Amino acid sequence: MAADRAALAHLLRRAGFAPTAAEIDTATAAGYGATLDALLDFSAPDPADAAPTPTFGPASPFAERTLTPAQRQAAQRQRNVEFAALQRWWLTRMAATTHPLREKLTFYWHGHFATSYDKVRLPALMYGQNQLFRTLGGGGFEALTQAVAKDPAMMIWLDTSSDKAAHPNENFARELMELFTQGIGNYTEDDVREAARAFTGWVLDPRSLTWAERPAQHDSGSKTVLGQTGDWDGTDVVHILVGSAASQRFLAARVWSHFAYPVAAADPIVTDLLPATGNVTALLRAVFEHPAFLSPAARQGLVKQPVEWLLSLVRVIGVPADSARLVPILSALGQVPFRPPNVGGWPQNGYWLTTASNLARLQAATFATRSADLSPVADAAPSARVDAAAHLLGVSWSDGTARALAGVAADPRQLVTLALIAPESVLA
Amino acid sequence: MKPLSRRRFLAGAAGIGVAAGASAAGATLLGGCSSPRGHPAGPTPGRSPAAATPSESRPGVLVLLALYGGNDGLNTLIPYADPAYLGARPSLGYQPGQVIRLDAELALHPALTQLKGLWDAKQLAIVRGVGYPDPNYSHFRSMDIWQSGVPDRDEPTGWLGRYLDRTGGKDPLWALSLGPTMPPLLQGASVAGSALPSGNLTIAPAIEPPFTALMTPAAGASPLLQRVAASGADLLTVVHAVREVLSAQTAPAGGTNLEGGPPSSTARTAAAATGLDAQLDVVARLIVGGLPTRVYVVSFGGFDTHGTEKDTHANLLAELDSAVGAFAKAVAGHPVVLMTFSEFGRRVAENASGGTDHGSAAPLFVVGSGVKGGYYGDEPGLTDLDDGNLRFTTDFRSVYATVAEGVLGVDQGAVLEGGSFPTLGFV
Repeated sequence: MAADRAALAHLLRRAGFAPTAAEIDTATAAGYGATLDALLDFSAPDPADAAPTPTFGPASPFAERTLTPAQRQAAQRQRNVEFAALQRWWLTRMAATTHPLREKLTFYWHGHFATSYDKVRLPALMYGQNQLFRTLGGGGFEALTQAVAKDPAMMIWLDTSSDKAAHPNENFARELMELFTQGIGNYTEDDVREAARAFTGWVLDPRSLTWAERPAQHDSGSKTVLGQTGDWDGTDVVHILVGSAASQRFLAARVWSHFAYPVAAADPIVTDLLPATGNVTALLRAVFEHPAFLSPAARQGLVKQPVEWLLSLVRVIGVPADSARLVPILSALGQVPFRPPNVGGWPQNGYWLTTASNLARLQAATFATRSADLSPVADAAPSARVDAAAHLLGVSWSDGTARALAGVAADPRQLVTLALIAPESVLA
Repeated sequence: MKPLSRRRFLAGAAGIGVAAGASAAGATLLGGCSSPRGHPAGPTPGRSPAAATPSESRPGVLVLLALYGGNDGLNTLIPYADPAYLGARPSLGYQPGQVIRLDAELALHPALTQLKGLWDAKQLAIVRGVGYPDPNYSHFRSMDIWQSGVPDRDEPTGWLGRYLDRTGGKDPLWALSLGPTMPPLLQGASVAGSALPSGNLTIAPAIEPPFTALMTPAAGASPLLQRVAASGADLLTVVHAVREVLSAQTAPAGGTNLEGGPPSSTARTAAAATGLDAQLDVVARLIVGGLPTRVYVVSFGGFDTHGTEKDTHANLLAELDSAVGAFAKAVAGHPVVLMTFSEFGRRVAENASGGTDHGSAAPLFVVGSGVKGGYYGDEPGLTDLDDGNLRFTTDFRSVYATVAEGVLGVDQGAVLEGGSFPTLGFV
């Protein structure tokens, strides 16, 4: 593959989901700079916005306390139906959007501020959080973090919904430091306990299911967080945390780790990114314009997350984005949207390379190619089909993979099935 | 179960390697033919000192049950007679009349009825106050510590990964975790355990030969590319062996259909096999069927009970109790030891949300027909606290040392560093 086509395929994979051969060709013709400018411009109209947004019944767990057990079960069944529709809606968006980086960034924030439906149980709130990531995700990190702190799904997920002065709940305060803003080692247990006191009095209003303040439950005493002392409330604490030098390194390292390759916060690359941490869109530009983004370390430095790999079945092979098979495939691969395994989100790389995930990819690729239009490969002469599969998927084969695929070139379906799960196609 | 000496372990293993080689099981497994029934499922002969091992001569099988989220030890093994217990937990605590008493001081949570049966049968050991120095209250750091067995620095290998490095060779069947991902505790320096898929294990026979060619790790390829290929190669070994064991058994009515089934049943079986009872059901069938696996890991989440803990925790413990009780019955007579662990216990005092925050020391359960039932380690005091948390009485590495020597038949130095930890004698 020509060097610039390979670079553009790499950019489109990292800044979006599973580019098609035509998209890679268009981007190659436009050039790296123009393609990046277009990816970073979230303002142009997006046809994906025209798709109907999911609708939700007026469910409230508080109102349901008076229901009979049978009525409660029926309400939960209805919510599970809504939740399945919500998952389909997001996967369809990822497949259809003309703003792939905005959608990829939404997916990034979902892993950063990882919140699961398994505890929240209200699809409308998961949708609200998802829209928050989409609308605020490209702006300032503090504005986003402030909004997440008051986000109803997050408040249920990490128990700020019922925080009281007498016995503060430390869950949100701890993860805000460890996983969202500072990273382990950059705060103390005292910081956690003091910050938890600052968040007391924040509740979820039971009727509106929105953030509210109960001054009588707020601990208005003096607190010290990261060495700064005052009568802090939750907003003050977020401001203090996001403003720390450790937080800027933490954010830059995490974003680089997810779009380029994993690094620690002390890595010199992180220092290069620090001037851009004030605005997430600027930070993304700094990542994609950094010389190391096109280095071999970056090009072979990430394994596709299951959602990314699945979208190659949808966008490149043609499996319908609303197929009922998609979520079960993601479940077998270990990554279900809106259901991260815990507040730490999904780990990277080796985490996805198990015997079990290998089987799940093989079974899913077999399913995807069964009824697919494979003419881009099948129409080529048998001797040209291995290269045609590489062009289709925007990858280059190693000699070993090319030999293995050449052995099945007579059968285009088997060839594409194996091309989809080849080691080169499993890397991002 | 009798603890096996290292010497006996090696002697038993050597004879079996010859037997497996004679059956040519490995050639059948890797050749992609539909293999006839009747020969023992086993890994490729010659790769490890103990290739396939029939159950009667094998050292113990270890089943680790990870409780993710931080199980509330104080509401699991309840110091019901200590007034400080209800004093710290006025709404979350259980009254003396509600609990399952074990003696005049301690009781099991009301949901743990089957564990009480195992306790009475002397097949349940309760190790009390388990923790490590300078406790960490992060789920992730503390789980890393439990999985690596190294509390004072970042260590990429797991304690059982080091056991695999030492004994397992490259046999992908040596240790299996259930579900799509693999816990870090099975990551060794040179080898790792395998992840057994929870759905159906169907692979079209025609695709196996080219799949094998595709998944041949290429010299000089990047580490991640090599790892994709290696996991693909291991997959066929695992699937063939597991399918063979399961197909030789009749699936219990209503049980998990792990094996076979049309592709359209993938979703149903995948969902069905994620519950703890289904995971342990599969493990029991593989053990009884003679899979040579030495270590299984199953997992159960939801223990991070910061709010409205009482009902949530009771439901979790009921599910745990039922699954472990059924498992103990299913593997009765086999040299199997099941051990629970969690990243930490929880704060002694309840919080304002009807839950508890992250704590430190907690009890863990060891179950098996060869286990010497009873208490091990001292119960932590409720009044001498470390900033609201229990002080640990039993180093978790002593538990690991006991399991390494008493179940796996290796010296504790194979899995632990930093000296010799006193073993506890529960196996």
